[in-house]
Amino acid sequence: MKAFSDVFTQIDQTTSTNEKINALVGYFQTAEPKDAIWCVAILTGRRPKRTVKSGELREWCIELSGIPGWLVEESYHIVGDLAETITLLLPENTDVKEYKLHEVIHTLIALQEKTDEERKEYIIGMWQSLTKEQLFVFNKLITGSFRVGVSEKIVIKALAKAFDIEENIVAHRLSGSWDAGTTSLLDMLTTVSIADDISKPYPFYLAYALETPVAELGNLDDWQIERKYDGIRGQIIIRNGELFVWSRGEDLMTEKFVEFAILPGIIPDGTVIDGEIIPVKDEQLMPFHVMQTRIGRKKLSKKHLEDAPLVMICYDLLEYKGQDVREKAMTERRALLEQLVADARGEMELLPLMMSPLVVATDWDEVAQERLRARDVGCEGLMLKRKDSVYKTGRRRGDWWKWKVDPLSIDGVLIYAQRGHGRRANLYTDFTFAVWNGEELVPFAKAYSGLTDKELVEVDNWIKRHTLDKFGPVRSVTPTLVFEIGFEGINPSPRHKSGVALRFPRILRWRKDKAVKEANTREDLMNILKAQG
Amino acid sequence: MITFDDNGIYCAQAGIYIDPWKPVDKAIITHAHSDHARWGMNSYLAHRDALPVLRFRLGEDINVEGKEYRESFSINGVNISLHPAGHIWGSAQVRLEYKGEIWVVSGDYKLQDDGISTPFEPVKCHSFITESTFGLPVYNFPSVESLKEDINNWWRQNAAEGNNSVILAYALGKAQRVLQQLDTSIGKIYTHGAVDNINKLYEESIGPLNATERITTETDRKEIKGAMIIATPSSAGTPWIRKLSPYKLGICSGWMQLRGARRRKGADRGFVMSDHADWEQLNTAILATGATNIYVTHGYKSIYAKWLEDNYGLNATEVDTLYVGEQADEESGVEPKEGGADEGV
Ligand SMILES: [Zn+2]
Ligand SMILES: [Zn+2]
Repeated sequence: MKAFSDVFTQIDQTTSTNEKINALVGYFQTAEPKDAIWCVAILTGRRPKRTVKSGELREWCIELSGIPGWLVEESYHIVGDLAETITLLLPENTDVKEYKLHEVIHTLIALQEKTDEERKEYIIGMWQSLTKEQLFVFNKLITGSFRVGVSEKIVIKALAKAFDIEENIVAHRLSGSWDAGTTSLLDMLTTVSIADDISKPYPFYLAYALETPVAELGNLDDWQIERKYDGIRGQIIIRNGELFVWSRGEDLMTEKFVEFAILPGIIPDGTVIDGEIIPVKDEQLMPFHVMQTRIGRKKLSKKHLEDAPLVMICYDLLEYKGQDVREKAMTERRALLEQLVADARGEMELLPLMMSPLVVATDWDEVAQERLRARDVGCEGLMLKRKDSVYKTGRRRGDWWKWKVDPLSIDGVLIYAQRGHGRRANLYTDFTFAVWNGEELVPFAKAYSGLTDKELVEVDNWIKRHTLDKFGPVRSVTPTLVFEIGFEGINPSPRHKSGVALRFPRILRWRKDKAVKEANTREDLMNILKAQG
Repeated sequence: MITFDDNGIYCAQAGIYIDPWKPVDKAIITHAHSDHARWGMNSYLAHRDALPVLRFRLGEDINVEGKEYRESFSINGVNISLHPAGHIWGSAQVRLEYKGEIWVVSGDYKLQDDGISTPFEPVKCHSFITESTFGLPVYNFPSVESLKEDINNWWRQNAAEGNNSVILAYALGKAQRVLQQLDTSIGKIYTHGAVDNINKLYEESIGPLNATERITTETDRKEIKGAMIIATPSSAGTPWIRKLSPYKLGICSGWMQLRGARRRKGADRGFVMSDHADWEQLNTAILATGATNIYVTHGYKSIYAKWLEDNYGLNATEVDTLYVGEQADEESGVEPKEGGADEGV
């Protein structure tokens, strides 16, 4: 545990990617293999199922620390992380012991079968015999959510360096689902074929947002331009007559997408297609929330399927006739993909696959015009891909860019404020905004990011002097301040008083120039909703 | 005897305000941090050691009187004296006694002996006004000795790897405290101009500090290698600091106790060093006064007041003030890294 806790602390203390990689390389080269594979699993989000409830952890923490329950809750609210809160509240141990990481994890997994008394005894025993650093790591192992600023890309780079294997190969061998309890790290990294796990997807190639004026990308003829759809990015895999559908979150979601079940037999074995899964009805794209509702259902009725039939808009071809074709040029891969989809359509007219249409333009100005129209056709913007680009691994700059339309926005009135977390715990930084509905203000969005530190302090000061009422951590304030709230999309929501729910709301700016009466209305929101289809 | 109004903490009998935030006639100032010592008062009174900074910040022409610790004086029957608060040099608690009733206004304070400030002394009273910046049981600050070791080890390692070490610390109080903890055998110590200004005031009125060199436009930056640089939080992210490359950035603040704060700062290292009291120190200080009425100002007011009532049976009241505590913005200008929604290609 100590070695893992040390590498965790090292990674946590640096903002430099290189230092993070080097710390991991050092760990992978010296750690016991059974521990190292768990380190990889945890850092790439493949943690074991949770076996201790947070209610139990709180209860035992209250008991061991002697701090009353309400104060533990307040502390948790401010720290924002239960594992850390408990670590800070428990007394420092003078008598510490050393454990092996994989043994601790295996014991935690086995707790599932144990009685409440045995579980409590184990956890409290550990709490009393670890240093603060290890205690935090231990609590994180219980609660999951290991966010340490280490992306899968960093883990891949570190493994590639530690075992001297090419990054692409490491990425591929690591993808898909595997169990750290039964897998050997060395075997997994050195096993040569793609056939040993026929469900294995390729790591997705992701684009950064365009950072320069588009004209600086050079000759338009070098670029392939597509629309950026708002669905679920996924891979359809057909191997050995079987179908696998993966989402970008690396979840195997084959069962959720029954439309694709007919593909084996129509699409040849050894095919992997990258695309966007999206509901299309009567040749019309449907908004994201329609799919969200469908994905959320446990059981799919015939009506659900008819209401939101899914197709994949195909972007790219990664495997063709059993060969990894990611090193071929974009245009070559696209040509193969077009042929493949056309052949399949010959077999079956109502094919749940569509080619992602190319945007045709004669100059960058026309491309820019096309981007502005994106929302009208249900898209988020454009994708710009170099025609000679290979299919890379992870998020990369240079060959692919996403060029999204500006967010939608609306002016709302600040009505409630709540304290932030961590260093902002003294400041009121979590805001609720309202729009006018006649003479009444109805809340429609919560947002906390987007203001500068200076503005936050200014707003905080204002809130403290204009509080109408306090209830728990929330203050209601005199409706006065107006903010422009940006968002990516809008969904109908009967659960909210405003009747809508925004996607990714954030503060764009403080409209000091606007009086409270000039804020937008509920009707304005409804109009945006209608325009979204 | 003491009331809280729109101008600040008021003693009507003596006609004086303590740390007022609006211009008033007579003000007693607990310490020279800008949220406690504001501009525009007709007359000021503070501890003798606070005067040079007050004059430097508020103007040479302010009307200000200095007192020693425990030197008592009387205004309209109210007996007043200043007592060490241990927050920064020249910081004081204000004791006021009228017809046998005793109040103590503590301003900001800590119980740790930082080697720079006269250590905190508990003062018996009936009513005690306390801050609550770190009034939450998750705040348990490391000892002065272990901090000293951590900072010097960090500097030593950075120097060995060919990097400078930049520590961001509030110019008044924390900068001098950091400076005095440094092991001068590791390398040379440089200062940002704003830090050097305050250091000079300390040296003129109180005593010598470790030797430093002020970075000016004439300084040859190539000479600065493996050195320690003490800078103000507002220099984070500026070209001034970038010219010190290659460097590692350290931040000294009580907020660094929380991992989220450490990570958001974008610093290489967070040292949990504060001039405010942590949870244990607050409880210890308050119990030592023997006071039964506690007024809780800036910080986790409502939480801490509830704790005092529930756990110790004290009469605790929250008071709204415009003091800001160990303010994030004084600590660092580093913008938080907002992780925008990650929604695919
Ligand atoms: Zn202060
Ligand atoms: Zn203060």
